[in-house]
Amino acid sequence: MSILINKNTRLLVQGITGRDGSFHASRMKSYGTNVVAGTSPGKGGSTVDGMPVYNTVYEAVKKEQADTSIIFVPPGFVKDAVMESADAGIKLIIIITEGVPTLDIVAARHYASALGASILGPNCPGVITPGESLAGIMPGNIFKPGKTGVISRSGTLTYEVVYNLTGRGIGQSTAIGIGGDPVAGLYFTDLLRMFQEDMETDSIVLIGEIGGDSEEKAAEFIRENVTKPVVAFIAGATAPEGKRMGHAGAIISSGSGTAAEKVAALKNAGVRVVSDPAEIPYFI
Amino acid sequence: MKIQEYQAHEIFRKYGIPSVRGIVCESVAESLEAYRKTGSQRVVIKAQVLSGGRGKAGGVALASDSAQVESLAGKILGMKIKELDVKKILVVPAVEIASEYYLSFVIDRSTKSTVMILSSEGGVDIEQVAVNTPEKINKISIFPFVGIPEFLARKAASMLFTDFAHIRAGANIIRKLYKIMVDLDASLVEINPLVITKEGEVIALDAKVNFDENALYRQPEVAALMEPDPQEQKELEAKSHGFSYIHLDGNIGCMVNGAGLAMTTMDLVNLYGGKAANFLDIGGSSNSGKVVQAVKLLLSDSNVKAVLVNIFGGITRCDDVARGLTEAFNGINTDIPVVVRLTGTNETEGHRILEGSRFHIAGTMRDAINMVIELAGKSTRQ
Repeated sequence: MSILINKNTRLLVQGITGRDGSFHASRMKSYGTNVVAGTSPGKGGSTVDGMPVYNTVYEAVKKEQADTSIIFVPPGFVKDAVMESADAGIKLIIIITEGVPTLDIVAARHYASALGASILGPNCPGVITPGESLAGIMPGNIFKPGKTGVISRSGTLTYEVVYNLTGRGIGQSTAIGIGGDPVAGLYFTDLLRMFQEDMETDSIVLIGEIGGDSEEKAAEFIRENVTKPVVAFIAGATAPEGKRMGHAGAIISSGSGTAAEKVAALKNAGVRVVSDPAEIPYFI
Repeated sequence: MKIQEYQAHEIFRKYGIPSVRGIVCESVAESLEAYRKTGSQRVVIKAQVLSGGRGKAGGVALASDSAQVESLAGKILGMKIKELDVKKILVVPAVEIASEYYLSFVIDRSTKSTVMILSSEGGVDIEQVAVNTPEKINKISIFPFVGIPEFLARKAASMLFTDFAHIRAGANIIRKLYKIMVDLDASLVEINPLVITKEGEVIALDAKVNFDENALYRQPEVAALMEPDPQEQKELEAKSHGFSYIHLDGNIGCMVNGAGLAMTTMDLVNLYGGKAANFLDIGGSSNSGKVVQAVKLLLSDSNVKAVLVNIFGGITRCDDVARGLTEAFNGINTDIPVVVRLTGTNETEGHRILEGSRFHIAGTMRDAINMVIELAGKSTRQ
């Protein structure tokens, strides 16, 4: 078992003929993901590495029964791509694209949720259920099937953490990068709920960072609803106030959103918080 | 991205939000000239800096004659507010205020929506009001595909005002303010205070607009409003190479791929007894040319005594980074110590390229950090 994706997931790649889209479509396919189709308006009828390309998501869903979509289109086209997928009945829409205008995500998310679809991202590395399916840009070889769920606001920091876990023989049920933007889809509490309910997950790693209050909300949720052990790390303990630390959402504004507040909230909820991510495997 | 108050007032004027016309000045002489031009006996002099709390810091003052204008303008133009030099002031005719309110639109992370915030407590720090008297704050979530219908604007305005003339004027301002938010991809539009004057007019006494940096590519007029200081200039230049760069006070230059790992590297350098000189995320898919640019950027800071390169290859390939480092340091005459940690995609190839070179190779992030802290202590770089 796992959450969000598994070996039965039928993945659609929006923007499959672009540089990043085609590269990662092939990579996901060679990992073993069931990539059933791609879309690229005007390129319908062609193929990319053996995967059929359609003009519209509607056709791809009708002909190939795609149920999950991953988006690689440029920032200005993301809003439309999300709405197109939701309209076609896709229920999980993963946005890899970085630099999407925030109000576009606000609108796209409202549209998707009205049609019962969830979004993950934007500006995220995607999701992987090791050994079954990769819907993202993570290096698949560092992951290993297992029982630890991983949720993170960051990309390469997740790889660092997973590399340490795998190196210590600790496999992962599903690992999710939720993205570094201020407004994003599925977030800590949504995914904590799924991991708590997932029979095959027995522990959870949460990797947060400065900015916003989602770690505090996660702490509240953990205290009331999560019985599985949670280990956390918060990046940005020494970040200066008012500076955007790479991620659009990683900013301390007028003294709030600090790592110290997040660490305190998580500790109060019984979460083991480490100050060096290399220590995470010792507490699983 | 933030802009100055006077720039925000320009936008308000363009959208027809009633406010008081002020004059921007950069010297005492200009302020005296502006004072004459306003034709008003009493004027308010306001420091133009990209920071809140200007009033508390003494950056806002009332003047009633030209001698006062001269001394206050001189004082405010020379001051620093939260470490920012005041280079411009705004001279505005003083208004007789009957009552003050707060109105803003902000992108709210937790509800993932644009939220309108209203309060009968205007002219003060709204975050304090939210903490001390949360019942005095009203929040309304906006449906993006609907915007603000007339009824909603009236409903919101009637949370502040009782007189219907004021409600009508307020509703008008609310709709215009939201239009600014959407048209210009703002992340915050704020009027604090929104006032009713003794004459019964509803006007914006202050104006604040922050913009979404992700949307600047489609807002060239907004991008042109940016007034970066020298430090921000360097950060912008880094951005044009695809980097995120933040200058810090330490002596260990860090080059990392990915924002989360870059933040963590900075934290661990500080945790284990060193001091990071910067935050630098070189982004994904780094070719060797990009690495050369990053090295130049790091070494341009003379405080940097040692360099730490921490790469976890996913999309980024370790061999590309190794080639870039070799090329960069071959072209520069420096004996600065450089610690390199490469893990992930094409790691073996990367290590082979760096074999027998001037670089100190570390196996893990922790080892790399310990090494660079030690080397920075011994470094002789001037």
